[in-house]
Amino acid sequence: MIWNETKECMSRDQMTALQSARLVKLVDYMYHNVEFYRKKMQAVGLMPNDIKSIEDITKLPFTTKDDLRDNYPFGLFAVPNSQIVRVHASSGTTGKATVVGYTRRDLDIWSECVARCMTMAGITKDDIIQIAYGYGLFTGGLGAHDGAQKIGATVVPMSTGNSQKLTTMMVDFGATAIACTPSYLLHISEVLAKENLLDKIKLKAAICGAEPWTEKMHKEIESRLNIKAFDIYGLSEIMGPGVACDCEFHKGLHVCEDHFYPEVLDTATMTPVADGETGELAFTTLTKEGIPLIRYRTKDLTSIDHSTCDCGRTSARISRFKGRVDDMLIIRGVNVFPSQVEAALVNVEEVTPHYMMIVDRVNNLDTLEIQVEVDQKYYTDEIRVIEGLTKKIGHVIQQALGINAKIKIVEPLSLVRSQGKAVHVIDNRKLY
Amino acid sequence: MFAKQLTVFIENRAGRLSEVLSVLKESGVNILSLSLADTTEFGLLRLIVDDAAKGKERLTEKGFSSLLSDVSIIQITHKVGSLQELLKAIDANGVNIEYMYGLSIESEQAYVVLKASDINKLMEILEANNIRTLSNQDLSEI
Repeated sequence: MIWNETKECMSRDQMTALQSARLVKLVDYMYHNVEFYRKKMQAVGLMPNDIKSIEDITKLPFTTKDDLRDNYPFGLFAVPNSQIVRVHASSGTTGKATVVGYTRRDLDIWSECVARCMTMAGITKDDIIQIAYGYGLFTGGLGAHDGAQKIGATVVPMSTGNSQKLTTMMVDFGATAIACTPSYLLHISEVLAKENLLDKIKLKAAICGAEPWTEKMHKEIESRLNIKAFDIYGLSEIMGPGVACDCEFHKGLHVCEDHFYPEVLDTATMTPVADGETGELAFTTLTKEGIPLIRYRTKDLTSIDHSTCDCGRTSARISRFKGRVDDMLIIRGVNVFPSQVEAALVNVEEVTPHYMMIVDRVNNLDTLEIQVEVDQKYYTDEIRVIEGLTKKIGHVIQQALGINAKIKIVEPLSLVRSQGKAVHVIDNRKLY
Repeated sequence: MFAKQLTVFIENRAGRLSEVLSVLKESGVNILSLSLADTTEFGLLRLIVDDAAKGKERLTEKGFSSLLSDVSIIQITHKVGSLQELLKAIDANGVNIEYMYGLSIESEQAYVVLKASDINKLMEILEANNIRTLSNQDLSEI
C-alpha cells in the first residue's frame, strides 16, 4: 500500500517542477525571515530572484551543524516563538545541544512523512504498534508516535529502558509492529527467546532506525522474529525520523522528496555526483517553517538512485549508509561526538586531557568505555577515593552525552599520545 | 611516629604487578610488607619498604604512578584480643581506620600497618595506650 500516491508516485518532471516552485518560495522566505541566511546569501552576492528552479540550488551556500551551534538556541528560527509549538534537541559537537523548532504545520508534515514510512512497512490502522524509541528531546519517540497515530494504528508509547515490560506487553497486547533501534530489537529478540515467548508474539513488522545497521543485522532480525524489518532514516535538523524509509523491495530508502530535497555530493569538490556514486548527503527542507535549512550537510555517506522502484514509488532512493564524513558515533541511537567528551572532561580537574573511547556491542547492546588518566597530584592510596572519582566522571559524562559510560581510570601515560590528529575512538562494532 | 608507605596504582592486567616488583628489585629496595587492594579494574599496591623515597623515585622514572602517604606501624603484643582492645580505644576517640594490614611477626610481637582518618589524633591515642610505633629510620635498619 502507498500512503500518498500523488506525491510518492509523481513523475520525475512533476516532482522537479514541484521542488523548483518550493525552493524558489523557500529561498525568498528565508531571505526575509532568517538574518543569518540573508547575510550568507549577501556574502556570495545572491538575491532570492537568482534562484529560479531546483537546478539553481548549487548556487546556494551550505548549512552545517556548526551554524546551528553558533546560533544557539533559536537564532535560525524563521518564525517567532508564538508560532513554534514544539522544540527538540540533539547532540551538539561541544557542550551545547542542537535545537530545532516546529510550527503546527511542520508537525503535520512530519507525521505525514512518518505515515508514508509506516505504510511502506505495511503498517495500517489495524496494527498495534509499540514505540520503543526514547520520548523526550530526542525526535525518535514523539516523531514515530505522531506518524503511527496519523495512520490510525493503536499506539503503545513504550519509550526505552524496560525490556521486560516491553516483551510482556508485546505478548499480552498482541502487538503486531514495533519501532525502535535495530540493536535494541535484536536485544528484545534475545529476551523473548530466553523467556520462551517467541511463539507467543504476533509481531509482523519492525520499523528500525536512529543508527546504522548492516544487511546481516537486517536478516538476523527478520529470521529471529519471523517478521519484516524496515529501515527508517531521519535527523532532527531536517525533521526527525521519516525523512526516508525503505519499502518491501529493500533497494534503498525512499526520500520524502517533495519535502526534503536530497543531494549527494563529492566530498572533495562538494558538487553533485552521478546516481550510484558515493558522496555526502545534504538536504534542503522545502516546506519547513520553523527552522528551514538549505543544503544541510548530514555528514552521512551514501549514493542516490532516481529510477522508479519496483514498488511503484518514483521517489529517489538513498542507499544504506556507507559511513560518516566526521567522527560522530551513534551509541544506543544517541549521537555522540568525541569533542563532547573532551569538553566534559575539561571540567574534571583530577584528570588529564587525554582520553580514549572504546565502543563495542555486547549482547546486541552498545557499550561505551571511557579511559582517563588521573593527574599525578590526585593519586591516592585509598580505593574509595578512586571509586568516588570514577563515579563523578561517570556523572559528568552522563550529563554531557545523555548516555551512561563505563569509566576506567588507567595508568599515567598509558593512553596514546599521537602526533597531529589524536585518535580518541576505538569502535569495535562493524556497522558499515 | 609516622612511617611512609609507598602506594602504586596498577591496572588489572597480566604481568603488571611483576613489573612493579622488578623495578624495586633493580633499585635494591627491600619490601618489608605489602597489601594489594584490588577491584575489577585496578589495584592499589601498598608497600612498606626500607627506602620509600627511593622506591617512589625509581617507579616514577619507569612511568608508574606512585605516592607516599603517612601511616602508623604499631607494635602490639602477639596475643588474643590485643588488636581488638586497641581498636576499641581508637574507635572511642572517633578516629576512623581506612585500612590496615600486618607487617611481620616476631615470636612475641606483631606489627600492624594502620591508615587512619586522622593520623595525629591516632598518634595521641597510641601514646596514651603505650603503643610503640616504627619510623622510617627503624624500617631502614631491619
